[in-house]
Amino acid sequence: MTDRPLLDVENLTVRFAVRRGGVFGRKQFLDAVDGVSFALARGETLAIVGESGSGKTTTALAVARLVAAHSGRVELDGADILGLEGEALRQVRRKVQFIFQDPYSSLNPRQRAEDVVREPLLSLTDMPRDEQQKVIDELFVQVGLRPEQKRLFPHQFSGGQRQRIGIARALATRPELIICDEPVSALDVAVQAQILNLLRRLQKEFGLTYLFISHDLGVVQHMCDSIAVMYMGRIVEHGPRLSLFNNPLHPYTAALLSAVPSVDKARRAATRRILIPGDPPDPVNLPPGCRFANRCPVAQPQCREAEPELRTVAGGQRVACHLVKEDGTAPL
Amino acid sequence: MTEALLKVENLRIELTTRAGVAPVIDNLSFELGHGENISFVGESGCGKSMTALAIMGLLPEGVGRVASGRILFEGEDLTAASDSRLRDIRGNEISMIFQEPMTSLNPVYTVGEQIAEVLRAHQGLSARAARDMAADLLDAVRIPNARARAGDYPFQMSGGQRQRVMIAMALACRPKILIADEPTTALDVTVQAQIFDLLRDLRRDTGTSIILITHDMGAVAEMAERMIVMYAGRNAEIGPVEQIIDHPRHPYTKGLISCVPHIMATLTEDRPDLTEVPGIVPGLREFGQDRCLFASRCAYRTEQCLRQRPPAMAFDNGQLADCWHAETL
Ligand SMILES: Nc1ncnc2c1ncn2[C@@H]1O[C@H](COP(=O)(O)OP(=O)(O)OP(=O)(O)O)[C@@H](O)[C@H]1O
Ligand SMILES: Nc1ncnc2c1ncn2[C@@H]1O[C@H](COP(=O)(O)OP(=O)(O)O)[C@@H](O)[C@H]1O
Ligand code: SF4
Ligand code: SF4
Ligand SMILES: [Mg+2]
Ligand SMILES: [Mg+2]
Repeated sequence: MTDRPLLDVENLTVRFAVRRGGVFGRKQFLDAVDGVSFALARGETLAIVGESGSGKTTTALAVARLVAAHSGRVELDGADILGLEGEALRQVRRKVQFIFQDPYSSLNPRQRAEDVVREPLLSLTDMPRDEQQKVIDELFVQVGLRPEQKRLFPHQFSGGQRQRIGIARALATRPELIICDEPVSALDVAVQAQILNLLRRLQKEFGLTYLFISHDLGVVQHMCDSIAVMYMGRIVEHGPRLSLFNNPLHPYTAALLSAVPSVDKARRAATRRILIPGDPPDPVNLPPGCRFANRCPVAQPQCREAEPELRTVAGGQRVACHLVKEDGTAPL
Repeated sequence: MTEALLKVENLRIELTTRAGVAPVIDNLSFELGHGENISFVGESGCGKSMTALAIMGLLPEGVGRVASGRILFEGEDLTAASDSRLRDIRGNEISMIFQEPMTSLNPVYTVGEQIAEVLRAHQGLSARAARDMAADLLDAVRIPNARARAGDYPFQMSGGQRQRVMIAMALACRPKILIADEPTTALDVTVQAQIFDLLRDLRRDTGTSIILITHDMGAVAEMAERMIVMYAGRNAEIGPVEQIIDHPRHPYTKGLISCVPHIMATLTEDRPDLTEVPGIVPGLREFGQDRCLFASRCAYRTEQCLRQRPPAMAFDNGQLADCWHAETL
């Protein structure tokens, strides 16, 4: 038994080349993920939140080796996986699986449900056919699908059932880490609850580790043990669930939480809405200093000069803001 | 009490599809007061958008029709109004913002031109006055640097900005009713909060009544006084928002509230499994049957629920729930 994290990401950067002004435009670079570091313990769930375009999906894709990293390390169980090729990469793919947002487009419409689930067994394992069938049969039961549904095609399923197929496919190779990118946001609330309960049950049963991306903060607080908040390719705050929700330190986190409409009267009464008007700066032409400065309600002149480092403050939260004090007092 | 601005009475909308004719809206009644904000909730496919389209006189042509009932706007029955009269009302009295702003904006005109066009058509402004006012409206919906941004094409704006342009356009004719069909579903929560603030200000400043269609109970709680929960084309429950959230009288409402993991004032370690509402919304084919259409998903179901459609049960506090067992809930 070690307390080594299952996933350890260090200084991960993903760079895309973009052209401005058509094919003849100048080639520029966009760091969709820019020096991101976090660790995730086995059996736990880390949520990544942040606005659209902040780099959540790109981070996840890089961790799963589905997009190339520009620099940094991604350690799975102590071994860096970024340089792996061939059989070694195939082994990693067995251990890291993905559940996508859109249960409609992420399944091959011409494959029967059982063949969708079989696919990773074929491409990533050497499992004999009869054993494959046994695994598939078990998975159908585990995700709450009926045996006779194995022969149906994706369009014959509802959205929630399609997401169950996607979950069964992700479980097929007995992975250790499952990346869930907005797994329920295309679903109606009632079906969403069914899928969230299923994901939690499976996590307990198989000791799964989740990297969980969602824009729904209610869902996030229900599912995760800790949360990383991203803004423009960087983690601006990272902490355990209760500290981050009950005591957000970074002004962006505070604004984000204050924007969530709530059915709870007490919460509505206690929440002071923090407005962050405007848009984030152009990601290929970043201004100096803090990337949030042009929208931050408490920005100081120093914020526009030096970029704040992600540092650990009292209480254990990590935060990248000049104005958060060492003792963990928030500026807002 | 003064006469309601909008009064929908026993509305029945029928859709003709390959599978036959089905009542996508089945005996729906509600009122909207002056300056009031009412919310429609329910899973997708329950008929929320159809209700909105019926009020706008924009039912899908050749597919949907008003089979019976009335839609009274300031006393005038819109179901009997001519096409030109409906166009007139759509331009001047009732406007709508849709879920996906990109598809409802014209990509080849600048946003300023598009707003100015509405102003010219409906308020008879000169080109110059319309252009000025378009910029004012963009400013009112808090597009930074509005005068310059009026020259932007829709693709040059973010999703939240496009939605604000849609609101500016809907406001251009100073409507008495604004129907917003899931206006923030595609947006980040911080942008959603800005759009909601905008709608609240608008209502305060102009007295516009708002119909907000959403699937988010939190949004309902923050925005509306009254809510209508729809299920399979029918009213499940209608009444004051706070009371319904405190004590829902319909099992479907109860399920919708408790199946969502809410952020509470103070979070604790305690995270029990979510309450599940099993199954899914029935398809159109099943709409209209003389039984409770929620029965297959309902934990309170009895024999009676399968035999006959439940009537509306009225409560003293104004709640109305279409459920045989509403009283015991
Ligand atoms: N293949 C690509 N080429 C160029 N730019 C890309 C590519 N993929 C993503 N980006 C850019 O990288 C940034 C981060 O994108 P990403 O998809 O990771 O965001 P996200 O946080 O997942 O957003 P959302 O909440 O909308 O899913 C964005 O600016 C996006 O436009
Ligand atoms: N143009 C159309 N033709 C046929 N059926 C339609 C059409 N538009 C909507 N429907 C059907 O009507 C029902 C109600 O739809 P809608 O009002 O859009 O629901 P909601 O807005 O509550 O999600 C659904 O079953 C939907 O599939
Ligand atoms: S560093 Fe400055 S601008 Fe950035 S979040 Fe902190 S206070 Fe705001
Ligand atoms: S009428 Fe019966 S089945 Fe329908 S909601 Fe009420 S208790 Fe449930
Ligand atoms: Mg994404
Ligand atoms: Mg709709």
